[in-house]
Amino acid sequence: MDVFSSVRPLLAILVSLMAAALILVTGKRPNLREAWTILAAVAKFLIVLSMAPSVLSGRLLECTILTLSPGISLKLRVDAFGLYFGLLASGLWIATSFYSIGYMRGLKEHSQTRYFFCFALALSSTIGVAFAANLLTLFLFYEILTISTYPLVAHKETPEALAAGRKYLVYLLTAAVFILFCIAYTHQLGGGLDFVGGGFLAGKGSPEVLRLLFVIFILAFGTKAAFLPIHEWLPTAMIAPTPVSALLHAVAVVKAGVFSCLRVIHYVFGPTLLSDLNLWLMLCYFVSFTIVVGSLFAMVQDNLKRRLAFSTISQLSYVVLGAALLTPMALIGSILHMAFHGFMKITLFFCAGAIFVKTGKENISEMNGIGRRMPLTMGAFAVGAIGMAGIPPVCGFLSKWYLCLGSLQAREMVFVLILLISSLLNVAYFFPIVYNAFFRKAREEEPLQREEASWWMVAPILICALMSVLFGLNPDAFIRFHQIASLAAANIRGLF
Amino acid sequence: MNTMQPQAVILIVLIPLMSSYAIPLLGWRWKGSAYFIALIAIGASSVCSLLLLWTVLKQGTIHYHLGGWLPPWGIEYVIDPLNGFMGVVVCGISFLVTLSSKESVEKELPEKKVRFYAIYLLLFTGLMGIVVTGDVFNLYVFLEIASLTAYALIAIGEDGAPLASFNYIIMGTIGACFYLLGVGYLYIVTGSLNIADLAKLLPPLYHSKVVLIALAFFLIGTAIKMGLFPLHVWLPDAYTYAPSAVSSFIAPLMTKVMAYILIRVMFTVFQPSYSIEVIPLTVILSWVAAVAIIVGSIMALAQRDLKRMLAYSSVSQIGYIVLGVGLANKMGLLGAYLHILNHAFMKGCLFLVAGALMYRTGMRNIFQLGMIHRKMPFTMGALVIGALSMIGIPPTAGFFSKWYLILGSIEAQNWVFVAVILASSLLNALYFFRVIENAYFEVSRGHPEGEALIEPNREEVPLSMLIPILVLAAGILLLGLFNERIISGILIFALPPGF
Repeated sequence: MDVFSSVRPLLAILVSLMAAALILVTGKRPNLREAWTILAAVAKFLIVLSMAPSVLSGRLLECTILTLSPGISLKLRVDAFGLYFGLLASGLWIATSFYSIGYMRGLKEHSQTRYFFCFALALSSTIGVAFAANLLTLFLFYEILTISTYPLVAHKETPEALAAGRKYLVYLLTAAVFILFCIAYTHQLGGGLDFVGGGFLAGKGSPEVLRLLFVIFILAFGTKAAFLPIHEWLPTAMIAPTPVSALLHAVAVVKAGVFSCLRVIHYVFGPTLLSDLNLWLMLCYFVSFTIVVGSLFAMVQDNLKRRLAFSTISQLSYVVLGAALLTPMALIGSILHMAFHGFMKITLFFCAGAIFVKTGKENISEMNGIGRRMPLTMGAFAVGAIGMAGIPPVCGFLSKWYLCLGSLQAREMVFVLILLISSLLNVAYFFPIVYNAFFRKAREEEPLQREEASWWMVAPILICALMSVLFGLNPDAFIRFHQIASLAAANIRGLF
Repeated sequence: MNTMQPQAVILIVLIPLMSSYAIPLLGWRWKGSAYFIALIAIGASSVCSLLLLWTVLKQGTIHYHLGGWLPPWGIEYVIDPLNGFMGVVVCGISFLVTLSSKESVEKELPEKKVRFYAIYLLLFTGLMGIVVTGDVFNLYVFLEIASLTAYALIAIGEDGAPLASFNYIIMGTIGACFYLLGVGYLYIVTGSLNIADLAKLLPPLYHSKVVLIALAFFLIGTAIKMGLFPLHVWLPDAYTYAPSAVSSFIAPLMTKVMAYILIRVMFTVFQPSYSIEVIPLTVILSWVAAVAIIVGSIMALAQRDLKRMLAYSSVSQIGYIVLGVGLANKMGLLGAYLHILNHAFMKGCLFLVAGALMYRTGMRNIFQLGMIHRKMPFTMGALVIGALSMIGIPPTAGFFSKWYLILGSIEAQNWVFVAVILASSLLNALYFFRVIENAYFEVSRGHPEGEALIEPNREEVPLSMLIPILVLAAGILLLGLFNERIISGILIFALPPGF
């Protein structure tokens, strides 16, 4: 595989970092400030996109910035898997930027400068996580991501929000400490820390040591991926403004956790080593538990955002399940689901936010008849819900299909069953919302005329919903998610 | 150039020493001159220290014989990479701290300015002398200069200061006595005071109990001086009640220089093999340090006073340095060296921020900071960077010293130490995020159009205070990103032979 050096990965990180600085400087002039956000979002996406052709033609882009520690560089490398996550995060940032503006202004939120500053910083570090070429670089950006999202979680500054922020830090920093330990230990075992498709730890330590290391690794990174029972921070963090929940706690932050898990599974340990150590099946059962129980938790939530949060917890584990099954189809399904879940879940969160801005309602029990007031929003919500349940033609079906095929390839029927049960549970907790919104009567005192949120918010909602359908019809539309995912899967299995 | 370098060795001590006498003379007539004399003297020493470090790295160890007397009879100043590095750290931080001291001294000690700077400069002389000398007795002399001046400077402070200083005098004198006893014992058995000479004469005598006891005295003496738990009791009060300019000078430097003495004694005066193998000294040290790390952090957690919290955090951070020394392997020791530098930057930055807060608002209670970031955005930004570095969030400097210490602990197969370092960074997170939370978030709520209501005017501290703070904060980030340059360029040469 050709590797050639390029500054574009670094640029993709710096562009939002610069935007963050400009946002701080121009904090007193909201229009200019928001212009930087949108400009940076578009520029970032274009830079990431411009790397797609060379990655698709099998060439990697690399950028060594400096040496962090003897033998370890601060290095970025764009491979198919990293590019995939980078495209997802930077693409959805554009939609979220527009939405954020509508949301924050719609609610006349305070401290907007801090909000947009931290958002830009969080996106920089997300791209850094995506493009990190070794564990230490990944950890560096991973930590910045944690820190930069803390002020977003605590944004409301109410005692509850501050408590949520504290909980967020306690969970994620504790996990970070374990990650640091694992990285240091991996360094001790294996020398370098550079990711290698198919893993580099094979034969570097006794099976017991490697098993222990893997378990700690997965649990530590899994904290950000919100595995049960270490998920509690995520529902609590839903107190954050909805765009934060949408992009960060459905896409960037939690997916950074999942992404890192996948990096560990396939680029540090590798499929061969994992099946030698007999760890993959254990991991599959572990995440299956999260899939099912997460959905069960979701059913009993009345707060819409909390329900979505538990749904996210459940769906994130799909991705790790696919990766842990180690079969080619499951792997493609897992990587596909990262993006597809992102598009569907962000639609749902956007809808929740639009409802809140327009009507102030947060609880599902109050949302009867809301579909007549906000038909576009609730229509998009329905699309997202259908996708979550894995019903064609929305894209959630495709990834789930691949995951099922993958389970069959691994000769583990039980996981097909789990995926199907989870689909049913998804139907059970999403469809009543849609049904009540459209077919139940609202209470008397509520207005009946149509009133959508501002177009700053409705447009991103509709676009994300539309994309979810388009990707379901053609997974290679626009961004070629399917092709990149297949390439990443091939890369992991050492096919080239 | 070649004729300059030996002179630089002595100038680094001589310039501040002479200047400290010049201050009362000139200050008697022109009060305002004291600050500038101190600043220029320390600046000149900084230039010398940079020159020396550069020369040492290029040409190897520099020897300077005072008055032309040859060692071991005369006093010798020796600069090797380790103290060349220490010299730059001490000078650089001193310069920045001194630069920022003008306004706060003006405010807190308007009458005592001249005397303050005279003593201040003597303290700097003492610290630099400790760093450059190659003679254990001469080191004692400088140690006493540094200690006595520090007692005086601390005693100038607010209400509790005289008592704090008195405590410090008692403890510090015991420490210095122990050190002196160590010197005496070594003199009894070897008849020499020169470090290089001692290193040659001692190995055949390693079986002797006297040598062993001498090392024990050295150790306890320096442990008291650097505030190593459980001998730290003087430290929190001293740092808390001292004037801001003093605590931000002493906190980052004093304990580091004492740690340097420890390293010098363990690895140069005595051979590393003696300290590591013959007696389980490093093992004892590292366990004590591990306890210090945890206890210091827990005590810091219990404080409401910002300066006091930082003081306890120093107790914990000294533990990091000693732990690295005690690990006695390459990575651990590199981590300790790096942490001397990093912690000097972090604590310097944080104490300056605490001083700036005192200067502007008179506040030091963590829980009263509410929304201070609107008033002093730059200072608070620096506080965040310093705090993140203390917690060990990459890419700040603090992360990397932690990283090397963890690598060292893993190399030593000591899982308890790994756990201690990691747990300590969590404890740091607890008490520093408490500060950040209070400084940035206003908990009392209820007004929707928040921004309009609470918009206190921006009242940053004067530039002479702000610039050093920002330089240190930027330094924390740069030290983190370029730590490998420092390690491979300087610190790797400062390791004792055999590492």
